[in-house]
Amino acid sequence: MVMTTDAEGSTLQLRDVRKSFPDPDDPVNRRLVLPGISITLAAGELVSLIGPSGCGKSTLLRLIAGLETADAGELLIGSEVICGPSAERGLVFQDPNLFPWLTVRRNIEAGLVARGLLQEKRAEVDEFMRLVELEAFANAYPHHLSGGMAQRVALARALINHPKVLLLDEPLGALDAFTRMRLQDEVLRLWSARRSTTLLVTHDIDEAIYMSDRIIIMTPRPGKIDQIITIELKRPRHRTSSEFLQLRGEILELLHFAGGERTKSVKADAPTI
Amino acid sequence: MTVRNGEDGTGVISVPKAPPVSVGASLRTLSIFAGAVALTLVVHLIVSKNEPPLETRFYTIFLCAVLSIALITAPAQIFWPRLRRFRQNLHPILTAAALLLCLWEIITSGVRLLPLPYFPGPAKVLHSLLSDRMLLFDSTWHSLILLLSGYALGVIAGLITGLCIGWSPPVRYWGMPLLKVVGPIPATAWIPLSMVISPSALISAVALIALAVWFPVTMLTASGISNTRASYLDVARTLGAGRGYLIFRVAVPAALPNIFIGLFMGLGASFLTLVVAETVGVKSGLGWYVSWAQGWAEYGKVFAALIIMAAFFSTIMTALFKVRDRMLVWQKGVIKW
Repeated sequence: MVMTTDAEGSTLQLRDVRKSFPDPDDPVNRRLVLPGISITLAAGELVSLIGPSGCGKSTLLRLIAGLETADAGELLIGSEVICGPSAERGLVFQDPNLFPWLTVRRNIEAGLVARGLLQEKRAEVDEFMRLVELEAFANAYPHHLSGGMAQRVALARALINHPKVLLLDEPLGALDAFTRMRLQDEVLRLWSARRSTTLLVTHDIDEAIYMSDRIIIMTPRPGKIDQIITIELKRPRHRTSSEFLQLRGEILELLHFAGGERTKSVKADAPTI
Repeated sequence: MTVRNGEDGTGVISVPKAPPVSVGASLRTLSIFAGAVALTLVVHLIVSKNEPPLETRFYTIFLCAVLSIALITAPAQIFWPRLRRFRQNLHPILTAAALLLCLWEIITSGVRLLPLPYFPGPAKVLHSLLSDRMLLFDSTWHSLILLLSGYALGVIAGLITGLCIGWSPPVRYWGMPLLKVVGPIPATAWIPLSMVISPSALISAVALIALAVWFPVTMLTASGISNTRASYLDVARTLGAGRGYLIFRVAVPAALPNIFIGLFMGLGASFLTLVVAETVGVKSGLGWYVSWAQGWAEYGKVFAALIIMAAFFSTIMTALFKVRDRMLVWQKGVIKW
């Protein structure tokens, strides 16, 4: 069984990363998505990325994964420059994207098969099946799985490669509230066992506070870093503790979602209706 | 005269109810089949009175055999649930088939509604089928070899070209226009040209069948491969997959449902091309047999060959369905077939 050892992850550095895409409505100018982002994640750190839809969070993740190339700037894992996708940067999407033609077990093995390591690391497959509690479904096909189970398979599939950086693109966004909370604990358990450097994109402020060491809040497109909030609550955290709720209130206030202003404006509008 | 005899025969339906003691409703419905067979037998005996007995003997024996099987299995299914389910499922179709045979006999040998040399009765067809069985078997064998070699060649070529066109944009750029122009020409339209080019009719037949199969297989493989969900490829890349894995372990399995549609379309095209090629050039096989029998005005043999063809082609089709069910087992529950 994996134990709490030194971090498997390594530092992740983004230096002034810029990215633009061709604009379908404007053939001359490109649409700027990321105007220059600089972040540094310490080895083994869990950082959440919050921001409005379309602010470039997913693009940032795809850049780190190596699925897109930046227009300018540097992306570094440890001291290595990122060029192209690799098994050292695991990616889990909101849609589990399990290969429907493979059983649960074969899906988890996929990374080892792709790298030609299945023979020597077969024992690890069993370990990961146990880790995500899916032994009973080893031979089931993905369409038999519930959303939460499928996402656990996707996590195990990414983790079997021992990625230095784990990129989670709203992995729990499509799950119901209870499954989501259970899986948050599960991700935390896996993270604390492995200490992969983890970057989590989420829309859920509770999730961000509950899980991360730091929260990065981004502005609407073009996405810049608006705020970085360090969460100093001790782990394991409690969703109902007073510190938690206070922090939640502060962050909502920061994001102007606390509700006061809106209530006021509604009141102001009220007589005219 | 014979018509009235046939109508009288309908009364027979109720007769076979007597031997198996009525146990349940299922038994009663099952005995309808035996009744239908008995009716067909009676009609046959009446109709064939003024025909040479040698030609109708096989059919009489056949109907008697079916009738006795029906009578035996009717009570046997009381003790054998699997047989009961099997019979209950097939019962309406078998009954309809028996009545269809009966109708066929009345129309042809009975009232001679259709010009006779061209439309023989079932007895005559069965007689041709059995008396010419060696030649029919031989023809089927030759057709099978020709079909399988042409189909295999076409599938292999189609998979390769489809994969290249679907995966590689430059190949797609140059290959697709060619495919779109040449592909839709029916393979049989190449027959005159192939006769000139090819040294033997057999080789040109194999090539034509392969060509007929190649087009749909290529088209659907290419579309399946190029429509692979981008996120599957993205995931595989972040898992450390190289090009081999991306093509053969992601794109190909993702395209498999499409590829099978191509294989089915190709199979249909190959049947057509096979029969035409055998009718025109090749001197063996079922297509050749049909045109040969027609030349001798032996329409009993023509129909016999058609029956063999039906069984032959549908068996191959069923085999392909079975292969698909095995290979696409992961789709079960996702897509209704």
